[in-house]
Amino acid sequence: MTVAIRHQAAMGCPACAAAPGVDDVEVAPEAGQIALSLPTIHCAACISRIEDGLTAHPGVRSARVNLTLKRASIDADADVTPAEMVGVVEGLGYEAHELDPGTLNATATDKAGRDLLMRLAVAGFAMMNVMLLSVSVWSGADDATRDMFHWISAAIALPAVAFCGVPFYRNAWSALRQGRLNMDVPITLAVALAVVTSLWETALSGHHAYFDAAIALVFFLLAGRYLDHRTREVARSAAEELTALEVPRAWRIEDGTEVERPIAELAVGDVVLVRAGARVPVDGEIIDGTSELDRSLLTGETVPVFAGPGQAVSAGEVNLTGPLRIRASAVGAETSLHRMADLVAIAESGRSLYTSLADRAAKLYAPGVHILSALAFVGWFLYTFDMRTALNIAAAVLIITCPCALGLAVPAVTTAASGRLFRKGMLIKHETALERLSEVDTVVFDKTGTLTAGVPVLTNADVLDDAARGVALALAQGSAHPLARAIANALGEAEAKPAEVTGIAEVPGYGVSGRVGDLEVRLGRAAWVGAEPCSETATYLKIGKAAPVALTFEDALRPGAEEAVTALLRADKAVWLVSGDTEPAVKALAERLGIAAWHAGVLPEDKARIVAELSDQGAHVLMVGDGLNDTAALAAAHVSISPASALDAARVASDVVLLGTDLSPLAEALVVARKARRRITENFRLATLYNIIAVPLAVAGLATPLIAALAMSASSITVSLNALRLSGRRA
Amino acid sequence: MTILAYLIPISLILGGLGLAFFVWTVRSNQYDDPEGNAQRILRDTYDDKPKR
Repeated sequence: MTVAIRHQAAMGCPACAAAPGVDDVEVAPEAGQIALSLPTIHCAACISRIEDGLTAHPGVRSARVNLTLKRASIDADADVTPAEMVGVVEGLGYEAHELDPGTLNATATDKAGRDLLMRLAVAGFAMMNVMLLSVSVWSGADDATRDMFHWISAAIALPAVAFCGVPFYRNAWSALRQGRLNMDVPITLAVALAVVTSLWETALSGHHAYFDAAIALVFFLLAGRYLDHRTREVARSAAEELTALEVPRAWRIEDGTEVERPIAELAVGDVVLVRAGARVPVDGEIIDGTSELDRSLLTGETVPVFAGPGQAVSAGEVNLTGPLRIRASAVGAETSLHRMADLVAIAESGRSLYTSLADRAAKLYAPGVHILSALAFVGWFLYTFDMRTALNIAAAVLIITCPCALGLAVPAVTTAASGRLFRKGMLIKHETALERLSEVDTVVFDKTGTLTAGVPVLTNADVLDDAARGVALALAQGSAHPLARAIANALGEAEAKPAEVTGIAEVPGYGVSGRVGDLEVRLGRAAWVGAEPCSETATYLKIGKAAPVALTFEDALRPGAEEAVTALLRADKAVWLVSGDTEPAVKALAERLGIAAWHAGVLPEDKARIVAELSDQGAHVLMVGDGLNDTAALAAAHVSISPASALDAARVASDVVLLGTDLSPLAEALVVARKARRRITENFRLATLYNIIAVPLAVAGLATPLIAALAMSASSITVSLNALRLSGRRA
Repeated sequence: MTILAYLIPISLILGGLGLAFFVWTVRSNQYDDPEGNAQRILRDTYDDKPKR
């Protein structure tokens, strides 16, 4: 598999995806087309209510809900905004998120899948009709009747084979042109030889025609291809939706007013407004406003950084408190975010060298079949000096050995396994991801946003007395800063009553201040309240002239993180924790989860290097990470997983995406992957067993079309049934 | 055996019709939302006549 194809499958190259919006240049979203993601809809009533609610809104021409994709597409006048539509749906009581139609439109219809399905249907139709005629021949139709049946079969099979087999012929041709052999070469040869010898036999009113075998072969192989395609299509469209959720738009200051623009239109020197809670779209310098920046996706640090005029910011950082005006110094492909993603492209080329089990089987199989069939031809020709007999036997050998079961062996298993993992909330994006997952013996975790939820939790509420709690709660409620919200949550749960604080004002980047009676109270950064900063994540409360009190926080564990790590350790996997965060934070988490091997303060390049070193020592590394600082490591690892909350670039670089917030399916994924691999090898053995029985018959010239049909169907069905054992709903 | 002259064309035509219908359903996007289609029949709107 070439790098180019892998990129397609992973939907856009990671480099493009890292820079928000650069890949949307040519697909301008059509005016009036709005797409919403509706993750909570589930029944007919939901469909009716949302469709009726949306259509009733002025300016909406039509609205259609798709329950399978949990999406609504709305056709509306140009002045209807997506935010308005989100408001309407939320007013009806459903969760709604705007999707970027540009990202969705690019691949809206699954053309390739539809094409395969059409060919599969034609092949199925032709196979049934030809089989009907063949059964009459096998059960004793004779002379003129047999000839007529053979001719009718030919009339159906010839065009059907010519139309349905096109994907195989194309692949075989491109492989041959590059001087390689793949699975499609013997398939094409078998089909062609079967049709030619059968035509010849029919013309000479011979007994045996293989039309049914030729078309059945094409049908079974197409079924395998279609399954394979469906699995990846489901993963691709879900991954695409995650990308489309991040609408690449920014607010640019034009003549003193704010105008919403696609990020692709921004230029160096533009002044961009970044609101509190929004992601910085460009590299640049702050020219106005103070705030705090969350850089955890870029560096793994959990402590927000102060931001004020003159300071440089990078694309991908999240603005926490106050609005910032930024003069862009680099946009699109020039941003540091994008350059970081270039590391991925380099690391990634290594993974495409992985040869899947199917490829390895094909490498052994394709030459073997050709040699066997050629030997049968030469042997029989020398023995009988009859071209017709020799060719018939060579064709029979090719048909009987043909990789029906081999073609189904891998896709049937990956479909079953991916389906099972999908129900657990895991999205298998890459086709060989399952095989690579089964080989994993070392798991490397990122900390912030992966093992932890990225949400701070107050740890020392008990240092405050009741009066102080009331003041802290009142001040914390005055801000949307994550630490303030953590205080409000913790104290609210402890049933503290907010004190009467007057004149509450947020000073973006510093904290919140107010007055209790004639005492000034402050909650915020160490320097601002006049406290000694401590090493942990903390904010400080100062009441009047009293000494400031430090309120410390820790990052809450992601649900399932503990179970996942315990299960992995119990399964004898080596578990590492590699984070860009400070040592105390990393050490505390490692000790809590029982991880012995950890690194703190690691730079992005070093993360990739650590993974590469482990790989050099012969370990098969599974990297689990979410930030931009993890992308290079994700790409360098043997196989990689990222949570749905990860940065787009990280998701693109990883093979598996965890859809929920829960980490616990992780350990199970490894178990399912190992089972899947076992089923695949079993399937190969089953297919080989059939060949061992049938090939001597074919070489000895004893194979009839009936035996060929039986062997082909029986092996395909056993292989599929064996694969189905995996999908069992029982755990 | 003359019966074959009728039966074979009939079986081919019927099969072909099925195939043609299938092709039509694929072309007109009828497999885009299988879950939604299954749920939509449970709605009480448009039951008496087709939606205009």
